[in-house]
Amino acid sequence: MKDFSLLINAVYVVSAILFIFGLKLLSHPSSARKGNLLSALAMFVAVVVTLLEQDIISFDVIVASIVIGSAIGVIAAKKVEMTAMPELVSLFNGIGGLASLAVAYATIIGKTELSVLVLIVSFVALLIGAITFSGSVIAWAKLSERMVGRPIVFKGQAIVNFVLISAIFLVGFLVVTQPELSTWHYLAIGLSLLMGVMFVLPIGGADMPVVISLLNSYSGLAACAVGFALENNLLIVAGALVGASGIILTNIMCKAMNRSLVNVLTSGFQPVVTSEMEIEGEITPLTPDDAYYVLEAAQSVLVIPGYGMAVAQAQHSMKELQQLLENNGAEVSYAIHPVAGRMPGHMNVLLAEADVSYEQLFEMDEVNKRIESFDVALVIGANDVVNPAAREMKGSPIYGMPVINADLVKNVFVLKRGMASGFAGIDNPLFFKSNCRMIFGDAKDTLGHLVRQFAD
Amino acid sequence: MIAIYLVFILMLSVFVGFELIRKVPSTLHTPLMSGANAISGITVIGALSIAGGEFGQWSTLLGALAVVLASINVVGGYLVTDRMLAMFKKR
Repeated sequence: MKDFSLLINAVYVVSAILFIFGLKLLSHPSSARKGNLLSALAMFVAVVVTLLEQDIISFDVIVASIVIGSAIGVIAAKKVEMTAMPELVSLFNGIGGLASLAVAYATIIGKTELSVLVLIVSFVALLIGAITFSGSVIAWAKLSERMVGRPIVFKGQAIVNFVLISAIFLVGFLVVTQPELSTWHYLAIGLSLLMGVMFVLPIGGADMPVVISLLNSYSGLAACAVGFALENNLLIVAGALVGASGIILTNIMCKAMNRSLVNVLTSGFQPVVTSEMEIEGEITPLTPDDAYYVLEAAQSVLVIPGYGMAVAQAQHSMKELQQLLENNGAEVSYAIHPVAGRMPGHMNVLLAEADVSYEQLFEMDEVNKRIESFDVALVIGANDVVNPAAREMKGSPIYGMPVINADLVKNVFVLKRGMASGFAGIDNPLFFKSNCRMIFGDAKDTLGHLVRQFAD
Repeated sequence: MIAIYLVFILMLSVFVGFELIRKVPSTLHTPLMSGANAISGITVIGALSIAGGEFGQWSTLLGALAVVLASINVVGGYLVTDRMLAMFKKR
C-alpha cells in the first residue's frame, strides 16, 4: 500500500487555512454564513483525505459510524427549537468531550510501546474529555430543568474536591508508569467523570453562560490534547481555535458580570449576602390598556429582553408590536446585555428568528450612552441585567456589574410574571422607582394584547 | 523534538484564534459557539484511523464510538449554525 502521509499533511494545511478564513468571515453577520460553509468544507476535505491513511484497513465500520452519527446530527440540528440552543450546545460540548475521551482511551489500550510523553498527553486528553462530558451533561440537566438550577453544595465539598484532584494526579502517574494495567484506566475515567460533575454542581443557573463557554473551550482543548497524543497537526490547530474561542467568550461573560472566573466557579460555596439597605418607593402595576396609550405617544422605544422572553416565546409577538410601533412613527431599538439569556448571544438568535434586523440590536455600552433619549423602555423577562442596585447599592451582591440603565429612561414598563426575584435572587430597586410600571402576566399575552390594541 | 514542534503549532494557533475570535461581534456569539462545536468534531480524523485500523477489538469499538460521536458534532454543529446564520438578516 502506498504511503500518502505527505499528501494527507499537505491537505491538512489547506484545511487549517480554510478553518481560519471561516472564522474570519464570522466577523460580520452578512458574511458569517459563508464562513460557516468554508469551515464545513475544511472539515470535509480533512475527513476525506484522512481515509487515505495507511493504518486504515477496513472501511465498513467507518462508513457505518459516519452514517449513524450524521443522521443523529441532522435530526438534532433540524428539530431543535431556537430557545433550546443552550441545551443543544451543552450536549454538543459533552459529545465532543466523550469523543476525545474515547480516542484517548483507545490510544492507551490499542497502541503498544507508547512513549512516556504520548502516555501523558493521552491521559490529559482522557481527563479533559471526561470532565467536559460529565460537566456538560450536568449543565444540560440544569438548563433543561431536569435538575434544580440553584447551586448544589454540601459540607466538606472543598475537601472532597481536593482529595479528588490529588487522586487524579496519582492515577495519572500510575497510568503513565503502568499503562498495561486496566484497573488504572477505569479509575482514571471514573475519577475524571466525577470531577466534571463536582465542577458544575456548585454553579447556579444564572452563571450558566460562563459554564457553557468554559466547557466549549474544554471540548476544543480535549481535541487539542488528542492531537498531541496522535501527533496530528490539524487536530492541534482546530482544537486550539475552539479552545481560544471558548476562553474569549468565558472572559466576556465574566466581565459582563463583574466577576472573576474563580468567583463564578466557587461562588456556590459562599454564604448569600443579604443587603441591609431598604428599598424605598412602591410597586405600581399597570394594565396593558394604559400602557398602550403611552406607547402610542412614544417616539423612541427601547426593548430590553431577558431569559423570560425565551421562556414565554414572546419574540414573535414583540416583532409584531415593533412593526406596529414603527408604522406609528416610533423608532424601536433593542438593547442586549452580554449575559441576557442562558448563553452568549442567546437573545440575538431569538430575535433573528423572529426576523428582527440585526442592525436594530445594540450592545449595552452603545445604548447606555443615549439611554436618556428613549421615551419608553420595555423590559421583557429581564431582571438582573437592568438592576440599578449594581450602580447604587454598595452592599448588593451584583454591585459593580455593568447593567443596562433602564431606570434612566422616561417610562419603564416591566413585563413580568410575578414578583419573584431574578435568577440571582436579588431584589430589584428598579421596580420601586417612580418612573417604573409593572405589567404582570405572561409576556406573550401582554404583547399580544398591545398588538391587538394597536391594530384596532 | 517533535513535541516542541507541536507546541509551536499550538502556540501560534492559539494566538491566531484569539485575534480572530475577538473580532466576532456579540450578536453572533451563539452561532460562534455552535460552529466551534462543529470544529471540535475534528476529533473524527483521529478516530478514523483507530476505527479502521487493527489495534484490537476494544480499540476498534472505541474508535467507532468516537467516529459516531464526532460525526454528530460535525454534522449537527454545522447544520444548526447554518440554520441560525440564515436567520440573521438586515432590512
